[in-house]
Amino acid sequence: MAQVLMKDLNKKYDEVHAVKDVNLHIRDKEFIVLVGPSGCGKTTTLRMLAGLEEITAGEIHIGERLVNDLPPKDRDIAMVFQNYALYPHMTVYDNMAFGLKMRKFPKAEIEKRVRDAAQLLGILELLKRKPRQLSGGQRQRVAVGRAIVRHPQVFLFDEPLSNLDAKLRVQMRVELKKLHDRLETTAVYVTHDQVEAMTLGDRVVVMKDGWIQQVGEPLELYAHPANKFVAGFIGSPSMNFADVTINDVGGTVTAETQGLRLQVSPAKAAALRPYKGQTVSFGVRPEDVHIATGADPAHYTFDATVEVVEPLGSEILLDVKAGAVTIVARVDPTVRVKVHEPVRLAVNGDRLHFFDIKTEHTV
Amino acid sequence: MVIERRWKKWVYFYIPLTVFVVGTLFPFYWMFITAIRPDAELYRSWRAVNNAPFWTLSPTLDHVRDLLAKTNFPSWIWNTFFIAMVSTLISLFCGLLGGYALARLKFPMAGMLGTSIFVTYLVPPTLLFIPLADIIRSFRLGDTPWALILTYPTFLIPFCTWLLMGYFKTIPKELEECARIDGATRFGAMIRIIFPIAVPGILSAGIFAFTLSWNEFIYALVFLSSPEKKTVPVGVVSELIRGDIYFWGQLMAGALLGSIPVALVYSFFVEYYVTGLTGSVKG
Repeated sequence: MAQVLMKDLNKKYDEVHAVKDVNLHIRDKEFIVLVGPSGCGKTTTLRMLAGLEEITAGEIHIGERLVNDLPPKDRDIAMVFQNYALYPHMTVYDNMAFGLKMRKFPKAEIEKRVRDAAQLLGILELLKRKPRQLSGGQRQRVAVGRAIVRHPQVFLFDEPLSNLDAKLRVQMRVELKKLHDRLETTAVYVTHDQVEAMTLGDRVVVMKDGWIQQVGEPLELYAHPANKFVAGFIGSPSMNFADVTINDVGGTVTAETQGLRLQVSPAKAAALRPYKGQTVSFGVRPEDVHIATGADPAHYTFDATVEVVEPLGSEILLDVKAGAVTIVARVDPTVRVKVHEPVRLAVNGDRLHFFDIKTEHTV
Repeated sequence: MVIERRWKKWVYFYIPLTVFVVGTLFPFYWMFITAIRPDAELYRSWRAVNNAPFWTLSPTLDHVRDLLAKTNFPSWIWNTFFIAMVSTLISLFCGLLGGYALARLKFPMAGMLGTSIFVTYLVPPTLLFIPLADIIRSFRLGDTPWALILTYPTFLIPFCTWLLMGYFKTIPKELEECARIDGATRFGAMIRIIFPIAVPGILSAGIFAFTLSWNEFIYALVFLSSPEKKTVPVGVVSELIRGDIYFWGQLMAGALLGSIPVALVYSFFVEYYVTGLTGSVKG
């Protein structure tokens, strides 16, 4: 159990600057998730932490130790790989015992730890098998088991669920979360799947092009994204964006574009006033758009035409067109609308997001 | 329709296959039949009334007996085995380390080094034996097994290195990364994880290297001169053709006995050998 500290971490390959000035303090026992599109530097960051990639510049501390120059075996970490990386010529037992054998643990202790871990993961009856005789989910468990028998200071997960089918992935996700609650070991988890990131992480680190975009608790990222990228990346279906012009008529700030005219809530109005006459990027999440009722104030409603209806059972996704803007709305499953029908929608006025068009930072 | 398909199967499959099998196996059959044919049948005219070139009615083991008793054949076999074995082991050892380094380690000029190792394999022995002869003479190794044991690796090491490099590249690198996180050094991970997985590749490299040195002719012809120190391919040809007389029976008996060890080695490891060449680890 230990905290992890990354200070001005950089990684440069010959021509690619893969990781740029990453500063991150991972607290003891925290489950932290690095998420981002492919090529954003999340895996490289994890591999530097593991000692598999050399650090171009910056420092990594695990616990109190500076580990920059320590080989992977001396960092007291365990890693679960995307392809599981089980040793094909060893039995499940030997796979799990390998790390302990390398560290010269007494035989009885190895036996006990492997059995305990196997019991915890429900793979006791598989111990004598070879990896090729296991299903994907079982291999995944063995890989996790091999990591936990070592009782390392930090667990590293490199997209461990992406080779599983959708159903198993959800199940393993829950199990990993339970496991972490039980073992209380610091964990760093890399994924490109924002759902995994949101559900597993105590805190989530969103990365893009080697930069950290935002670090925060899942719901904080969701409600208060720092920039347009985070806003669009977190959440499914993703946030609706449109370019709007800011107007200030007699103290009332509005955002307008062809077919859409919304008032800005007083809380945001002050920040947006300097943008008067300029274009900003406007964003609203699908669940913050609903069918207008009489209770909705007129300045938060707009008219649109339904283009696609996607009934999902628990909800309906409506793709609507308002002027030149396409918006996805997540509405009640009881709503009955047809394609090409006009519909009047309302937005949740407190939950509108505005981003600077150039810097893409939240206004 | 069925008839047409059967017709096609014969034309595209069975007939070419038969031609191929007969073409491949006939020399071996000829070698075998010549080795057990008595001299009287071997040296009679093709126009003789009772000539039967493709079979014999009075098989004999005389040639084999003569070969083993009256020539140095037993020591040739031993020489060939010893030389092939030691040079294979040397080449495998170097090939394993070289192949691993080229497949896994990042160092400047790695790509160029790999290519240049391959290029050395392409230089024909018929060119190389002249400078090598000079070196062998300078080290006073001429007419000793070491002349061959040290020259065979010049073509075996590039070969083993390339074959093993290819095999190592098919092994996911996460396996050794995981081993290194689990507590092994890079060298430990190589020995405990990569080499055991690479056994098929190592075996096929070994078999190939062994066969190549077993059959090697030019260096053996040039570097060895005493009859009792020769290898099978050279011994059979140089000692059983005296002047312009060919001792066909003994020649073919020697060829037959000389090819048995290689055939045995292949048949034992054929499965490994195939996976070794096609590569890949699953799970």
